[in-house]
Amino acid sequence: MIEGFDLPAVWFVLLGLLLAGYAVLDGFDLGVGILHFFAKDDRERRIFLNAIGPIWDGNEVWLVVFGGALFAAFPMAYATLFSGLYLVFMLVLFALIFRAVSIDFRSKIHSPRWRSFWDFGFFFASFIATFLFGVGIGNMMIGVPLDDRGVFIGRFLDLLNPYALLVGALTLAMFAMHGAIYLFLKTPPGRLLVRLRSMMWHTWGIFLVLYLLTTIYTLMRIPRAVANFEHLPWAGGIVVLSVFLIANIPRSIYRRRYFIAFFSSSFMITSLVSLFGIALWPNLVTASNNPAFSLTVYDAASSEATLKTMLIFVLVGMPFVLTYTGIVYWTFRGKVEVPEEGY
Amino acid sequence: MDLDVVLLSRLQFAFTVMFHYLFPPLTIGMGIVLVYLEGMYLRTREPIYETAAKFWTSIFAVNFAVGVASGIVMEFEFGTNWAVYSRFVGDVFGSALAAEGIFAFFLESGFLAVLVFGWDKVSPGFHFFSTVMVALGGIFSSIWIIVANSWQQTPAGHRIVPVLRNGKPWIVNGVAMMRAETADLWSVVFNPSTVNRLTHTLIGAFILGAFFIMSISAWYILKGRHLDFARRSFTGALLLAVLSSVAQLLSGHFNARMVARYQPAKLAAFEGHFQTGPADLHLTGIPNPEERRVDYSIAIPKGLSLLAKHDPSAPVIGLDRFRPEDWPPVRLSFLSYHIMVALGIYLIVLTLFASWLRMRGSLFDKRWLMWVFVFSVVAPFAANQLGWVAAEVGRQPWTVHPRVVTDAQGEPVLDEAGFVQYVLNEGLRTSAAISEAVRGEQVLASVVMFGLIYGVLFLVWVFVLHQKIQRGPEPVTPGAHTTREGFLRAAEDRVLHEGSLTELKEEGREESND
Repeated sequence: MIEGFDLPAVWFVLLGLLLAGYAVLDGFDLGVGILHFFAKDDRERRIFLNAIGPIWDGNEVWLVVFGGALFAAFPMAYATLFSGLYLVFMLVLFALIFRAVSIDFRSKIHSPRWRSFWDFGFFFASFIATFLFGVGIGNMMIGVPLDDRGVFIGRFLDLLNPYALLVGALTLAMFAMHGAIYLFLKTPPGRLLVRLRSMMWHTWGIFLVLYLLTTIYTLMRIPRAVANFEHLPWAGGIVVLSVFLIANIPRSIYRRRYFIAFFSSSFMITSLVSLFGIALWPNLVTASNNPAFSLTVYDAASSEATLKTMLIFVLVGMPFVLTYTGIVYWTFRGKVEVPEEGY
Repeated sequence: MDLDVVLLSRLQFAFTVMFHYLFPPLTIGMGIVLVYLEGMYLRTREPIYETAAKFWTSIFAVNFAVGVASGIVMEFEFGTNWAVYSRFVGDVFGSALAAEGIFAFFLESGFLAVLVFGWDKVSPGFHFFSTVMVALGGIFSSIWIIVANSWQQTPAGHRIVPVLRNGKPWIVNGVAMMRAETADLWSVVFNPSTVNRLTHTLIGAFILGAFFIMSISAWYILKGRHLDFARRSFTGALLLAVLSSVAQLLSGHFNARMVARYQPAKLAAFEGHFQTGPADLHLTGIPNPEERRVDYSIAIPKGLSLLAKHDPSAPVIGLDRFRPEDWPPVRLSFLSYHIMVALGIYLIVLTLFASWLRMRGSLFDKRWLMWVFVFSVVAPFAANQLGWVAAEVGRQPWTVHPRVVTDAQGEPVLDEAGFVQYVLNEGLRTSAAISEAVRGEQVLASVVMFGLIYGVLFLVWVFVLHQKIQRGPEPVTPGAHTTREGFLRAAEDRVLHEGSLTELKEEGREESND
């Protein structure tokens, strides 16, 4: 640890990158799912679905790999978090499966009632999954009760505390905004495009309000969230950057630089994930009842040898991953087309 | 209400993993066929191969989508339901799962998009490349999963060390928390059972993929539809099936010998072998653990000794050498193992017979046999499932099987009471591996929810497959395909990507026909 790399810290950053990758990528397709509720007719709904058709599946892989990497690098935290937040994660899994079923099932029977059932399912599952991700993050910020072995000793209902619910709402607004910008890029000219423009504005406004509320709540109630700012001078820079990026979204929309708006939104999400990491450090799971029971990255980490091996795996594997993710997005770039006849 | 968390967690894991495992072997097996079909198309440029590749790709995509949806659960279930296990093995087992994600999942899901939605957007060469990548992804994935599971069965390459907190052993109630850490990665990867079990699993997948294709093709042949397409698909799949079925028998034999050496209690349970000594091979029967015998047995005398030790008089360790609390569930192990073997024999006989008829040229006239093939896909599905049931139930009562203490000849060492000795601190009992934070009602709730949602998912799968099979492959139109010059050039064309990974693409076409 002293000579060379602080491997648990390196893995903490890598997991942050995987989480950010997931939030940016699946974030927009979950957002499309949330906005799907506001689509007016079947053609619009199909534009929504077709915009994410080839890629949503690959985006979810980031979550799976995040889970696997957490298991490998920090098994103590993996075990504590997923067993502690048991029902939250089970509901997330159900929502993700139900969402996949809805996407695949809606077009199978040509009955309006059938279709609207699965359309609602797609919206509802996207909504619930996003909200619960936020609730999970909120609880990690605020901390959960642990015993001296790092086992969760709280109750499910305690996880639905006001702060966690607020972060859940913030995540909903953030993904909805991110999804609206993505959809705007994929939608062909027409009435929907005009409405998406106002959706971008509205979701940004709601996001801004919730962002401010969450910031105030965090500063008032979670002092340890900013404790690291004292000895990490660059952390303040990330706060400034995130504020700049949030402001740059409406600026880019106003100037019709929609790609820049999307990239701003993506980097803004990344910066918020970074701030989440800075707030947690050096803990992975913060014990709300007794700081000594918190699981730090060093308590929770696998052996040095394993972290090193896994780091090699990542260094070998991720360039390939990024390359073919790039190829796939390049192949399916451009606006969605939907046949006009019959509507 | 006092619910049994261990039992419920085991039921949930069994249910979710068995449901999931309907699909991966199917996609691994079909992946091989897709590579073959597209390769043939590139070589010969015969449109029939392209038609076939397109049709089987669309079926493949449905299977893949359900496999992914049910697979996400598996990545998290160790943490949610088996927290103690996760803490104990994360350093070793978690690494294999993470490696699977990095090396396999991204590869599969990324290139699958090209496979399904890219027919008109990329060149045939690049499409073929994508198919190869998806097929490889499936195989990579199976490698890491088998490494992880084989390490649970026959652990190697690790050491048991105290967990550290602030650099000092983490003591709870006077006892240091221990865990397994990787000492030698290559010994973990190539632990004593990996290669045998990987071979067996992959061959099982090839058989299932082949039978799945034969089932649908046989149905077309019976209905007189898409005859040329169906006969070619059937013949190709039959070749894969007959070779794989015969190879599986050999692979099974090597696996049984490996189990005999490293997990003697499991082998004894598989074979219903209660008394140590020369062992008969039961062809039929139902074990009766209370009376320590096999009822309704027809057995080959000394057959097991011959197979497991290559010596009819060699003694085989029976269950009497194990403490009762170390016995696997004998009935379930025996039955799942025996039915799997019986199904394997059935598949060999069936494919050999069909190959003989195919060489004589009369295969496709035998309508009864085509019907047999339509339904025989159930057999490899069941055999794959039962093989895993035997492997996992036979490993009980352990989640991590402890090493057997052996002498210089590799024979187990007995303790004073006459029982086989385990290196107990290396093992982990299933009953001790669950999450302490999770209550019975919570697991019951998730079991019910999984039951409901997987029920729906299964219906979706059957329904979508039925629709696709009813519709059949596109009619072959020679010369209709325009060759693209390159992938980047093709990507510059306007993008038309409708629908999800499975089906929505056809929607517009159908509706305009309404």
